[in-house]
Amino acid sequence: MTDRRIEDRRELEMLQARLARALETLRPRIIVCEGTGCLAKGAADVRRAFIKELEKRGPGIDLDLALEDPDEVERRREMGVAAVTPSGCQGLCQRGPLVTVEPEGYLYVGVRPDDVPDIVQAVVEGTGPVVRLLSDRDLSQARAADIDFFRPQERRVLAWCGRIRPGDIREYLARGGYSALAKALTEMTPDEVIEEVTAAGLRGRGGAGFPTGKKWRVTRDAEGDKKYVIVNGDEGDPGAFMDRCLLEGDPHRVLEGLIIAAYAVGADEGYAYVRAEYPRAVRLLRRAMAEAERYGLLGEDILGSGFSFRARLKEGAGAFVCGEETALIASIEGRRGMPRPRPPFPAVRGLWGRPTCINNVETLGNVPGLILYGAAAYREVGTDGSPGTKIFALAGQVERTGLIEVPMGSTLRDVIFGAGGGIRGGKEFKAVQIGGPSGGCLTSRHLDLPLDYESLKEAGAMIGSGGLVVLDEDSCMVEVARFFMSFVQSESCGKCVPCREGTRRMLELLTKMTEGTATKADLELLEELAGSVRESALCGLGKSAPNPVLTTLRYFRDEYLAHVTEHRCPAAACLELVSFEIDPEKCIGCGLCAKACPSGAVRQVDRADGTPDGRRRAEGAGDAGPAKKSPAAKGKTRKKRLPYAIDDELCLRCDACRAACPKGAVRRVPRKTVRDRSGAAATTAAGD
Amino acid sequence: MVPAFEGRRFEKLNDIIERNGRTPSSLIPILQEVQEEYRYLPEEVLTYVATALGLPPSAVFGVATFYAQFSTEPKGRFVIKVCDGTACHVRGADTVHFAVRRAAGLEPGRKTTDDLTFTVEQVNCVGACSMAPVVTVNDRRVYGDMTQKEAAALVERLRKEAEEEPVPTEGAGDGVGTAGERAADGAGGAAG
Ligand SMILES: Cc1cc2nc3c(=O)[nH]c(=O)nc-3n(C[C@H](O)[C@H](O)[C@H](O)COP(=O)(O)O)c2cc1C
Ligand code: SF4
Ligand code: SF4
Ligand code: FES
Ligand code: FES
Repeated sequence: MTDRRIEDRRELEMLQARLARALETLRPRIIVCEGTGCLAKGAADVRRAFIKELEKRGPGIDLDLALEDPDEVERRREMGVAAVTPSGCQGLCQRGPLVTVEPEGYLYVGVRPDDVPDIVQAVVEGTGPVVRLLSDRDLSQARAADIDFFRPQERRVLAWCGRIRPGDIREYLARGGYSALAKALTEMTPDEVIEEVTAAGLRGRGGAGFPTGKKWRVTRDAEGDKKYVIVNGDEGDPGAFMDRCLLEGDPHRVLEGLIIAAYAVGADEGYAYVRAEYPRAVRLLRRAMAEAERYGLLGEDILGSGFSFRARLKEGAGAFVCGEETALIASIEGRRGMPRPRPPFPAVRGLWGRPTCINNVETLGNVPGLILYGAAAYREVGTDGSPGTKIFALAGQVERTGLIEVPMGSTLRDVIFGAGGGIRGGKEFKAVQIGGPSGGCLTSRHLDLPLDYESLKEAGAMIGSGGLVVLDEDSCMVEVARFFMSFVQSESCGKCVPCREGTRRMLELLTKMTEGTATKADLELLEELAGSVRESALCGLGKSAPNPVLTTLRYFRDEYLAHVTEHRCPAAACLELVSFEIDPEKCIGCGLCAKACPSGAVRQVDRADGTPDGRRRAEGAGDAGPAKKSPAAKGKTRKKRLPYAIDDELCLRCDACRAACPKGAVRRVPRKTVRDRSGAAATTAAGD
Repeated sequence: MVPAFEGRRFEKLNDIIERNGRTPSSLIPILQEVQEEYRYLPEEVLTYVATALGLPPSAVFGVATFYAQFSTEPKGRFVIKVCDGTACHVRGADTVHFAVRRAAGLEPGRKTTDDLTFTVEQVNCVGACSMAPVVTVNDRRVYGDMTQKEAAALVERLRKEAEEEPVPTEGAGDGVGTAGERAADGAGGAAG
């Protein structure tokens, strides 16, 4: 029945209504998050366990949205069973696997297969939530909407992400999906669509914040018998996973946005360019495209409007620079992904020389809601200059990591301390890296800065695509700058000299700083280079490459100075500038550090002098293992085992011992010995 | 004809080319499929593809070396990618990388073990930053919240898997975490 293509808007609405009624009967419904985070934590086993447990109580429960046959669903429901559905990311990835139970909306965290019988019992018998699996084990916070993580959020683009079976067109239709497309095709001219988008003030979410309506206008007005639209799903910023989640959680929304864009600019062909590193997103979007075509929502004469549009999917091939629009076009054409100078902009001369409109995944994800509810409703959230919401990927040293969507203009405090719950392990907040390698680092004095395009630009950073990586006191800002420089340097396509050579030189200088061999003159040179690369590089990659350096210099100059004048790393993070040390008070003498050490640098303290026990134990130290046979351990009045200590000269600075210690006794301190040119070790004045 | 690509394998290559179409814009999808098939892009294959698409070999080599996804050297049965994106970096990705290399038994400067069991690479963000540090195996299995200890244990598990099942069977789907990987190996000893 549903294989038939939908001929017109009336048929679409009838089908939507029928599917919505069927959806109503899918209750209670157990939604198991199968986003990447939860899958890695074993969500697939959890869903299997649900199916098994429910089958004990009734037949065939994984309904696979058997929406075509409401009678069948109804029959099963009367048998007292529930439906199980996988979903995309539900948001709080840190606590996965997540399970949401509808209609109540109870959110369970860290669910393991063993927990499944309890949940099923509660669902089937209607006895309320299973308190021990709630995020705060608190009955008053049983629903997702009640918990701190979701409170500052306004999930509009992510409305169905994590709540529906991703890529299943029937479920998308049941929720009113493709109504915006129908409205655009039957009630609006392409110009009216563009006007609506312009009035809403939608700005590109791919980084630059360019007004989407304007881009569509230019593409529409450009000369050309053939035009293209492209959705940019290359998401290569380290620390960003918003577009991935949207594609994996609600691919039809992005596809619907793409079709509307094509209608608005007058394109009959389009591409989705998705990172190959996201195989699941590729598969789900491909499936969504095939389904949309089967339903007549993609292809010839969509909904009887006379508008035709075909879309294809291209996988990226692992080059960050291909996210840049002209490089992306070169890549689709089968060439090396190198940017070219703009103008001409792709909107005028793009794919195969034709006018091409390129938009980011999230930008297009905004479009269906905008068209359906109108510009005024769209502007209800966000700021005047940056209307709507923004999705952020919250990661790093924050208590709760995950995917969030907040109104534009929310503050960093709302995000990091509200949704994010503050810094992990009670450490101090130091900075937040925003906008990836083109963005910058902001500090505690920016916590009340509204997150919108203008405010961030003023502070020297940018919203970028939406990656937020929180750094705590243990991060060294010089090292962070070096890290980003090494990223852009290795991703530079090499086409223009300022970027290719400039980033290489800057990386050398930053590396010298983190190794403690730089001088003040190097710092000056670094600043000079940063300025000139910014001015003269060809594409956004090179132009913005200095941003992490410039913002860290602006807000953490002291740290740079410590590195170049005293060769000291205040955060004790730069491995060349630290020593590892074991706190004898905290050390319980278990020996796990010694076992982890690859170089035999960790040894038990000699009874007599309290220093590492010399050569005698050196050979055996690597596999000495926990000192379990120690006679002291047997006696009732257990004498404390002798602590361990580290020989700084043998230490490779691999951090293994620190990771291995169960008591947190191993710590990093400013380096005690430096190697002079001849390679011998000498003790510095700054020893302790 | 090139010895390594005689017979069935050679046919497969033709299949891939036909399926994608003999146009320059099919070059990248073709190379992607070839790489999936043989786990790397042997030189002979690149030359052959160039002829088939009517492109100069230099253009094909240019593309094959530009994109990080492509490798012109044989890769191990398990390609272990240790993420060193920002989120992973600040949560100790370096130490995980160190541990993986050590467990895999890699000499300094090498990325692939001599027996072609492991290739270890450091990559930028695999898009699972919320559970940093992250390690992926053959792109399809994702492991989060890695520690040095778990990294070493993972390598041991993979080693065992390789010993028990020397030639991987065709699995299904895009397993993440515990689910099965899609083992792309029609070539067996393509490296030879
Ligand atoms: C080096 C570089 C990488 C980029 N990467 C991406 C990306 O991964 N995704 C994206 O949507 N835009 C990326 N962009 C921005 C695109 O060039 C383009 O501006 C964007 O896709 C336009 O969409 P929007 O107007 O909807 O934001 C990148 C730009 C540069 C300079
Ligand atoms: S700025 Fe860098 S990435 Fe951009 S074109 Fe120049 S070399 Fe290539
Ligand atoms: S940092 Fe590594 S080499 Fe140094 S003592 Fe610890 S385990 Fe040994
Ligand atoms: S992947 Fe499950 S909550 Fe994000
Ligand atoms: S930074 Fe490692 S997965 Fe994103």
